[in-house]
Amino acid sequence: MNAAPLFVVVPLGMAFLCLILSRLWKGMPDLCGNLTLGFLAVMSVRFLAFAGTTSRYDVGGWVPVGGIPVGISIVVDGLTVLMLLVVNITGFIAALYSIPYLSQYTDRDKYYTLFLLLIAGLNGVVVSGDLFNLFVFLEITAIAAYALVAFGVGAEELEASFKYQVLGGIASLFILLAIAMLYQMTRTLNLADMSRVIQNMPEKIPLFFISVFFLAGFGLKAALIPFHAWLPDAHPSAPAPVSAMLSGVVIKVLGVYAMCRVFFNVLGVTQDLMLVLRIMAVASMIFGVYLALGQWDFKRLLAYHSISQVGYVVLGIGLGTPLGIAAGLFHLVNHTAFKALLFLNAGAVEYSSGTRDLKRMAGLGRLLPVSAWTSLVASFSIAGIPPFSGFWSKLFIVIACLQAGQPVLAAFAILGSIMTLASFLKVRRYAFSDPEKTGFKIKRKTPRCMSLAMLVLAVFCTVMGLLFLPSVKAGLLGPAADVLVEGVGYAGRALGGVP
Amino acid sequence: MTVFLLAILLFFIGLYGVLVKRNLMKIVIGLAIMEYGVNLLFVLIGYSKGGTAPIWSRGMSEGTAMVDPIPQALVLTSIVIGLATTALIAAFAVRIYEKYGNMDVRQIRKLKG
Repeated sequence: MNAAPLFVVVPLGMAFLCLILSRLWKGMPDLCGNLTLGFLAVMSVRFLAFAGTTSRYDVGGWVPVGGIPVGISIVVDGLTVLMLLVVNITGFIAALYSIPYLSQYTDRDKYYTLFLLLIAGLNGVVVSGDLFNLFVFLEITAIAAYALVAFGVGAEELEASFKYQVLGGIASLFILLAIAMLYQMTRTLNLADMSRVIQNMPEKIPLFFISVFFLAGFGLKAALIPFHAWLPDAHPSAPAPVSAMLSGVVIKVLGVYAMCRVFFNVLGVTQDLMLVLRIMAVASMIFGVYLALGQWDFKRLLAYHSISQVGYVVLGIGLGTPLGIAAGLFHLVNHTAFKALLFLNAGAVEYSSGTRDLKRMAGLGRLLPVSAWTSLVASFSIAGIPPFSGFWSKLFIVIACLQAGQPVLAAFAILGSIMTLASFLKVRRYAFSDPEKTGFKIKRKTPRCMSLAMLVLAVFCTVMGLLFLPSVKAGLLGPAADVLVEGVGYAGRALGGVP
Repeated sequence: MTVFLLAILLFFIGLYGVLVKRNLMKIVIGLAIMEYGVNLLFVLIGYSKGGTAPIWSRGMSEGTAMVDPIPQALVLTSIVIGLATTALIAAFAVRIYEKYGNMDVRQIRKLKG
């Protein structure tokens, strides 16, 4: 447990060390980046042992005095362990993929610096037990993401990043405003302590305004539908491994995870809030996939699907029932795997053929077999075709909707899934099949590292349906869902007991 | 209470600027104004009337009013973050001007859909 701060310290230190060491040897940035991410991935797997319990690390040894926290704390519980796995394993795969992919760009050392800062920020958001620290790490992630989106410094990348920065900046300031108001109410910043103070408070009207500001802020970060405008520009503009991180991890950690932590564990959920979440989720689900149907840019199409799939995650969580929350988190994990894989496929296609336009591609199934097969797995998974992981999480979300007495929501979830399938059939038809349109040539083959990264993710997509088996679920998803089901009971767990 | 509302008003003036103005630099300034609004609110929350600096020194009685030091520390952090974000976005505005030859958001729309 005492190793928890390493999730933040190691990538943060290596980010800058990598920049210095890169003067010594040309291959140093790749080595630094991949070793660090590999180490973190192994650490996060070892942290599975802590999934069932809640443990706290007091930074600098400032232990609580009489149950009142005086220092910054790092809290690791089931949900944290789940998110650490998602962040660090996806990060490692993306870093592996970056080694050959970055030959299209210059400044390899700066790329890894920014990438490691992104990882440090994400891990910080996940482990932080303190609201202001959460905000600071959120900003570190956001700034690294802004820079990475524009890493190609073309006109379009800059435009996308500027849009992202304006909307991301508004989101961050809404969150900071809400934190300020919450501090005025509670006079504390520790999440657990805050939650306890709020429960004992007779007057709860200001909480309404605070909730609205948090919802706007985290909604913008998660790109739920009224706040989605930046995502279809920003995610496709980034280099492919960064797109995979942004769509697979960043919107979920900054948006969904932070929102859940604050609403479920600190403020306490109300029926009205859940209703708003469900409405936003359904709107995202349907409009996201509807807009995706009309896209011809491969990566842009995937970006619209991200909006839609985050809708599924929030729908599951917004149901508020134990099954719904577990299914939502299950879909979050699955979406990370298949959407990261799809973005890596799109990157491999672009790397080999030099285009992202589906109309100009043809017969890639023969030319790029690894991309074709792995993207078939990912497409089946995202559309919900039975043996693959996406089917199981969507199935459980639909069952949870029916159990909660919301058959209309279940119908929308199924409709969204059918439209997703239609959209991916289009991708298959135009990019990978179509043998009569010959003459389309690729410039270079997919390098081995990129193929390896895609194959690993394809395996994840295939086997991750097993996560919901009762015996496996008890080890990871169950404790994570319990954290949210338990709600404000978090206060007692995170404050009580010394690690 | 009035000062809190004024600080929040400043925040929304900044938001208005971001949403309505069409010049990239004015959007950046709008974001900066929003940030000042939040920082001001945060400092005001920590203030207590007639409070002294929160340093315990000789000759002070038990019940001396002190301002809350935590918001000041937080605002310092937030100002540094604000510096980084503003510098980054201003640098992007300059790069966009180099590429497009224009600062008007209506002219900068290569991305669509």
